[in-house]
Parts: sequence; structure tokens; C-alpha cells
Amino acid sequence: MEGTKMDARVDECERDDGNTQEDAPMEESEQNNKDMEVAPALVSVHPTQSSVAVALGSDLRVFNLLDNSAVSLMDESGGAYHNDSIRCIKYGTNGKLFVSAGDDKLVKVWSTDCWRCISTVVSEKRVSAVAISNDGLHVCFADKFGVVWVVDLPGFDGTKASLNQKAVPLLAHYCSIITSLEFSPDGRFIVSADRDFKIRVTVFPKKPLDGAHEIQSFCLGHTEFVSCLAFICTPDSPQGILVSGGGDSTVRMWDIISGSLLDTCEVGTKVEPNATEGNCSTVTNICTIPECTLIAVAIQSLRGIMLLTCDLSSRTLSVSKVVSIDGENFVPTSLGSSISGGLLWMVTGASKFRGSDVSSLSRVKVISGFKKSNPNASEQEPTVLADSEIPGGAKLLEKLQGSISIDEKVFLAAADAVKTAMCNLLIKKQYSDEKREFRKRTRNDKKSKQ
Amino acid sequence: MLQNKANPTINKSTGLPRKRFYRARAHSNPLSDSHFPVPLSPSHVDYSLHYPQLFPSADQTGTSKKIQFADIGCGFGGLLISLSTLFPETLMIGMELRDKVTEYVKERILGLRVANPSQYQNVSVVRTNSMKYIPNYFEKGQLSKMFFLFPDPHFKEKNHRRRVISPQLLDEYAYVLQVGGIIYTITDVEELGDWMKSCLQNHLMFEPLSDKELEADPVVKLLSTATEEGQKVARNGGQTFQAVYRRITLAS
Repeated sequence: MEGTKMDARVDECERDDGNTQEDAPMEESEQNNKDMEVAPALVSVHPTQSSVAVALGSDLRVFNLLDNSAVSLMDESGGAYHNDSIRCIKYGTNGKLFVSAGDDKLVKVWSTDCWRCISTVVSEKRVSAVAISNDGLHVCFADKFGVVWVVDLPGFDGTKASLNQKAVPLLAHYCSIITSLEFSPDGRFIVSADRDFKIRVTVFPKKPLDGAHEIQSFCLGHTEFVSCLAFICTPDSPQGILVSGGGDSTVRMWDIISGSLLDTCEVGTKVEPNATEGNCSTVTNICTIPECTLIAVAIQSLRGIMLLTCDLSSRTLSVSKVVSIDGENFVPTSLGSSISGGLLWMVTGASKFRGSDVSSLSRVKVISGFKKSNPNASEQEPTVLADSEIPGGAKLLEKLQGSISIDEKVFLAAADAVKTAMCNLLIKKQYSDEKREFRKRTRNDKKSKQ
Repeated sequence: MLQNKANPTINKSTGLPRKRFYRARAHSNPLSDSHFPVPLSPSHVDYSLHYPQLFPSADQTGTSKKIQFADIGCGFGGLLISLSTLFPETLMIGMELRDKVTEYVKERILGLRVANPSQYQNVSVVRTNSMKYIPNYFEKGQLSKMFFLFPDPHFKEKNHRRRVISPQLLDEYAYVLQVGGIIYTITDVEELGDWMKSCLQNHLMFEPLSDKELEADPVVKLLSTATEEGQKVARNGGQTFQAVYRRITLAS
């Protein structure tokens, strides 16, 4: 490669610094960018179900189920909470910490005792996924350019003011949007999934600030972007069994030690045509329901959830049933469950979507009735709880939804907007040859003489 | 396809492609999502396509030979051609991002196979983005040698992240290299040479080869002489900077 000629080249990619999405001709790109601003409502549940959190746009709402009260967040770290859409929230498995992050490039770590923001970390790019290590000592966050960062959380005492920590790179997926980040149940591994169909399993080192360099395996098999990850805990494998969902309408099960694909469930084909609109069956969320080998799957356009069972001895996945939400147009945008509660929490809603005046509203629903794995028992079926039966009742709904009763038409539009946003962000654009030539028009070095 | 009178891109007497019909920019954008097929996983790599004489059917068993040398950014294929006869029992592959250049290497290999029966059957080329898709081609610990000859320097500091040798990408190269496997890098750009050496030096899964080992390795000499790029540098009297490291186990 000749040195001197390099500088003269104009790189298309110079514009791509903060945004991996290339700009299409004017109109289209403006609309696409607007569509991608749409942020789905998120839900996360405390491991012991002592609280439930919902994020909608930049608003973080928490309800304390122990004393049945809405929580007021305390953020003294110099910013007024989040300034832009929150894209990921998560409780740490030890229950002491909660993290929220998103488009404002801030990662906020909260103490779940007093709901004070104990740390705000600034990210260079918008954050797309977060995870807290099982021992609560580190927070990892991933950005849209494929870098996973790690920050130390030293033991804190309640009186200390929020600290600002500097994050260091832990690992990277080259130029790919990272869609999900999870620690294995035993804390030995950190798993990262990206838009280029890949799942990487990396050994989480004792000194994460030096980087996580030892890759354990790659779980390859998805034929479209991977959208979500979850772990099934099993006594035989302390590292758990990994489950993933993707844009190829499948849910897959993996052995993370070897990276081998254990089983694939084509959920797209299992969804009945009249239960969904259009033919988009991307798996958007998965949530394992602890203490039974059930996996709840949220699929684009499915008004309800699909339940899969995992047979631990044969290591296979199969569809158990589809739980539809009757009487309401409810397409979940996020799922959550605690380790002990036995309930599946779901939320739908979106912020910043076109034609919406009520974008600060979300709808929360709960499914209960999951038994420990006993396929023969038919007494208790998973049922959708009525609003009055939900823990926390009307008070919780008012806090987390923003209002007690909501016009449901809003939510179908919201789910649709979320679907478009996800497709635009994660599915690679195919260009015709003419379009590609058109896009290269600003290149100044097309002369073929050398 | 080969000695075809109507096809001027191939030299009639040697059966080898003429470079002037395969000119391309020296620089290609590793960030763009080009459209070339990517194998779903290493077990999906079609060996019968790349090495037809050695793998007559697309169906391979688990005990089959696997690719062991990878030339990342192989350019016009100079190194691969030299390695092919030096290591006739080893399967090797070149990875190149530029379409025209990959075509050139394909034609070159085909021409050589015809002109030299039973030789050059162990070498092939694939058009791909090795910075994104190396794990799709190679299993954990599969490779024994990896080559990075005269990579794109990406001079501007904001473009440093596009360099093919970086602390994060070295994690992936360490993954596909077996313990004891060797990574060879060379460049004529001093700053890049320093950068690559320091990335390798600072990575806990690589250690430098000793001078004695470098002397004893027949491949080291090829780094600066076997490729068109290397020959150009020599013609112009330029200096080269190499860094050759061995993959080691991470100390716990």
C-alpha cells in the first residue's frame, strides 16, 4: 500500500463516526433517522421482586413493591436524570444495583436501597446494551460501534456523593451494533450479541480493566441479527445454557463452552397467521422464567407471548403454547421476571413515534401461573392477570404506565413504530447497482489510470 | 476460461492473468457492508470449492485436513504462491476485500494449477472482510500461521480503529490461532510498524520470537520479498518493519 496516496482519498465513511448507519439519499435518510429515534418501553424486575422499573423515552419509573409506593429517584450527579431515550435497563443479580443507559450517552448506576444514582459514566457513543457483573463490582456497557466498556464500582457507602468513573474498553465486535450483553450465571463469562449474526462468549477476567482477551467461543448459526440473550440456570452446568432470539425468527439454544448450537426453534412458523400482522416475526425479547424451564418469547406483531419449554436432558426446545392477550392490542416491547416471583412482567409502548401525542404512556401487564416443570399437570395454566390482580395494583399501574387507563389504539401504532425502528437499525440495506454507484458519487478517485 | 484467445485478460502464453485488467484502488473501506457471501460457521466453509482436487465432494468428515495458513489482505497473491510450494501439505487461504484483486488471484491460481499439474492445489482465495468475519471461517485454534503483509496504514488518527491489527482484533486472531501459532506482520510505514509491534507486545496472549527463531524460520525471508508490495519497497530502497509473534496461553 503506497503511503502518500492515502491522504488524498476521500472516505465515504468519514461521516460514519457516530452512526454506523450510512446516509441514504436525502429524504429517505431523514425519515429513517427519525424512525430510529423511536425507543421501545422497557421493563426490568428486581431479583426478589421488591421493585419493578419501566423506562419510556428518557423517563425512568420505579415502583417499590415492598411498601407499595412510587419511588422518587435521587440524582445528584450533576445531570437531570437521562436527557434522551433510555435504551437498556437492568438489575444486578445480587439485587443491590440497577443500571440505565441510552441515547444521551450516559450510563447511570443506581442503588436499589435508596434509589440514588451512585455513579454516572459518560460513553463516547450511544449505548445499546448494559450488564452488571454478578458480584456487583463492575458494570459493562456496549455502544453502537461494537465496543463493550467496563467500569469499576468500588464499594460505596450511602453518604458519599456520586462518583464519576472512567470506563475502559473490555472487548469489541468490529463495527457491529451490540444488541445484548449478559453474564453467565456463574459469572465466568460475558456474552455479547451483535447485528452481524454473531454471539461471542468471552472469559470475564479477574481484572476486567485490563480487558477481556480470552474468547471462549463464538455461537454462530443465526442467519440474521441477534436481538436478545438469556440464560437458563441448570444444576448440571454452572455456566448455564444460553438462549438467543434473532431477526431470523428463531430462538436458539447454545452450549457456551464449545459454542455449539444445541437446538433451534423456528418460532416464525409456529405463530398463527391471524395472531400477527404482516409477516414479520422477528424475536424481539426473551425472558427465562426461573424455577421452571420455560422461556417467554416476544415476537414482533404477536399480541401476546410464546412460551417455549426447554428439555434439559435432551437439550431441545419446543413450543409449549402461545399466550395471547385477549381483548387488548398488546404487543410486548419488553419482558422481565424476577428470580423468585414466578410472574412474567410485560410492557408495551414507545416514545418519539410519528403521530403520537401520548408518547409518554406505556401499558403494563403480568402473566402468572407458571408451574415448575411438570408437563402432566394441567390445573394451572399461565394466565394474564387483570389489572386489579397485579401486585401493586392501581398505584403501580399509575406510576409505571403514566396513567391508569389508556386508549389501546396508541399501542399498536407504538409497536409498529418499534418494529420499523428495529428493522432500520439492524437489517443491512441492500442497494441496487445503480443506487450503489449513486452513493459513491462523492468519491474523487474513480480514475482508473495508475 | 484459461488460454482463451478471445479473453485478453489472460496472457496467452503463460495462462496467467494480466494485472492491468485487474487494477483496483489500493484502499478499500472495511466499514462498509459489502455484499459477498459469508459462511454461517467454519463447518460451512466449502472446501470442495477452494481445493477441488483434494476435496472432490462437498461432504467432509471431521477428520479432514483444515486450513492452517491465512494471508489477511493477500493482495495479488505473491506470498500465497510462494508458500504453496514451500508447504505443499498445508492448506492455505488468502482473504481480500477488493473484488477485482480477488478475481485476479483466483485466475492466477487456476492458471498455475493448469500449468503445473498437482501443484498449487493447496492454495485458494476468498473475498471477504476479515475484520468482521474471521470467526466464520476458522475454528478455535485452527490456524498455525497468520500473515498481515503491508496492511493499510490508515494514517489519520480517527481512522486508526480501521487498522487490521488492533488490541481488540488481536483477541480474535488469538482465538483462531493455535497455541504456538505464529502471526507475521510487516510494513514499510514506520509508524504503523511501531503500532503493530506495540499492540502485539502489550497483548497478553502473544510473545515475540527470538532472533534465533526468526533466523531459523524460512517464512520470515518471504515477508519482504514474496509480495508485489515488498518487491516495490525493495526497488525503491525503502525500509521494512516487521513484528513476528507467537500465540501463547494466557497466564492466569
